[in-house]
Amino acid sequence: MSELAAVLPGVLEKAGWSVPGGLVPVLAMFICASIVAAAMGLSAAVLVWAERKLAGHFQCRLGPVYVGGKFGWLQSIADGIKLLLKEDIIPADADRPLFRLAPYLVVLGVFLAFIAFPVSEKLMVADLNIGIFFILAVLTLEVFGVILAGWASNNKWALLGAMRAAAQMVSYEIPMGLAILPVVVEAQSLSLKSIVAAQSGGMLRWYVFQPPFFMGVSFLIFFLAGLASLKRAPFDLPEAESELTAGFHTEYSGMRFSFFFMAEYAGMILVSGLAAALYLGGWHGILPGQSGAMWFLLKTAFLVFVMIWLRWTLPRLRIDQVVYVGWKVLTPFVLACVLGQALMAYK
Amino acid sequence: MLSPYLPILFQLILAAGFACALLVLTHVFGPRRSTDVKLSPFECGVDLLDCAHHRFSVKFYLVAMLFILFDIEAIFFYPWAVIFREEISQGLLLLSEMGTFVAVLLVGFIFIWRKGVLEWA
Repeated sequence: MSELAAVLPGVLEKAGWSVPGGLVPVLAMFICASIVAAAMGLSAAVLVWAERKLAGHFQCRLGPVYVGGKFGWLQSIADGIKLLLKEDIIPADADRPLFRLAPYLVVLGVFLAFIAFPVSEKLMVADLNIGIFFILAVLTLEVFGVILAGWASNNKWALLGAMRAAAQMVSYEIPMGLAILPVVVEAQSLSLKSIVAAQSGGMLRWYVFQPPFFMGVSFLIFFLAGLASLKRAPFDLPEAESELTAGFHTEYSGMRFSFFFMAEYAGMILVSGLAAALYLGGWHGILPGQSGAMWFLLKTAFLVFVMIWLRWTLPRLRIDQVVYVGWKVLTPFVLACVLGQALMAYK
Repeated sequence: MLSPYLPILFQLILAAGFACALLVLTHVFGPRRSTDVKLSPFECGVDLLDCAHHRFSVKFYLVAMLFILFDIEAIFFYPWAVIFREEISQGLLLLSEMGTFVAVLLVGFIFIWRKGVLEWA
């Protein structure tokens, strides 16, 4: 962001536009926000296509093949246009204001979180000094959106889904929040930029590989809890197509439904990217001295692939199992990791 | 220098605008043909029995309550984690303080565990 604000006056001058000096940072912020929005929408579209393609091959099918010629690579665009042309239905019994509000909350949370997303040393909108904390905080908005959606729909499936979503997302927020702490203890900062910067110098300096692997374990916990908070399989019981129709978004159609969809895919990128930045060295490469946005994107893409892989491999858990894993397994383990990492500092 | 938090406001405005614009577009292009059946809640093809807002299993509310308690406690970990290594020269003071905090937390945790709050059956 600040780099862009520094370059912008020169660019504007070359283009022959005169902009008052005070407006330049504002303009820079708007450009950044638009880039984030465009990147988020585009990557979600690519990811939907990738997931359908991968899912096809996991099941010995081909996945989309027709739209856009080879590989069906325009499938997501076609889906988007289709969703845009669909009727926007609000059920007669629904609580209209809340029903309309819910998709906004879901999208806004994920959008805002991308502000502190550390693609590379320079490619981030704002290096907030509480970066990771901010991201976790705004991601919580999604829980409100989901619960509101289920409640306002006034539909039994939707309410069941929303209740499950509430119990599940809320249970996994604790291990997710605590799993970050070993990294914070080590990096002495909540800013994602300094956390990644502390992991420079090759693969063995990545936090996930630091013996005695307290951070390695918390990486696994973070990733699992992230999956659960995204409501992805094997934690997809808020949606559970085979039992709840579509769970909390049963009554949503067209564009409003696509907001939930977009938020899920953008959330996958977000959680994978955070895991890459916190534990896998972010923009640092495998060998010492290598760095760049490419490494970050590669790691993120790999983690997203693992998420898709898990979804098409594992069956769905039950709600009692979900609560059991979250409270009785992950929470004690993550507490042990935090204290263990703190003890390690005395060496 | 502008506050680093200002982009959040801009992002918020833009994201809300983006979402609004998409909904306006879908209202412009989408059809509007509503019928009574289409506007009734989906019940797998069965006629609607009654309202969905009934009493619900208390388990879900218990989990939500526990979350609030534990999440508030989790927040206290963050400032501690940030300054922990800076203040390590004070010896075991910081660690023992956090140890005490976790011990208190664990007493509550073991209590709800033994009380069976986390059992679903």
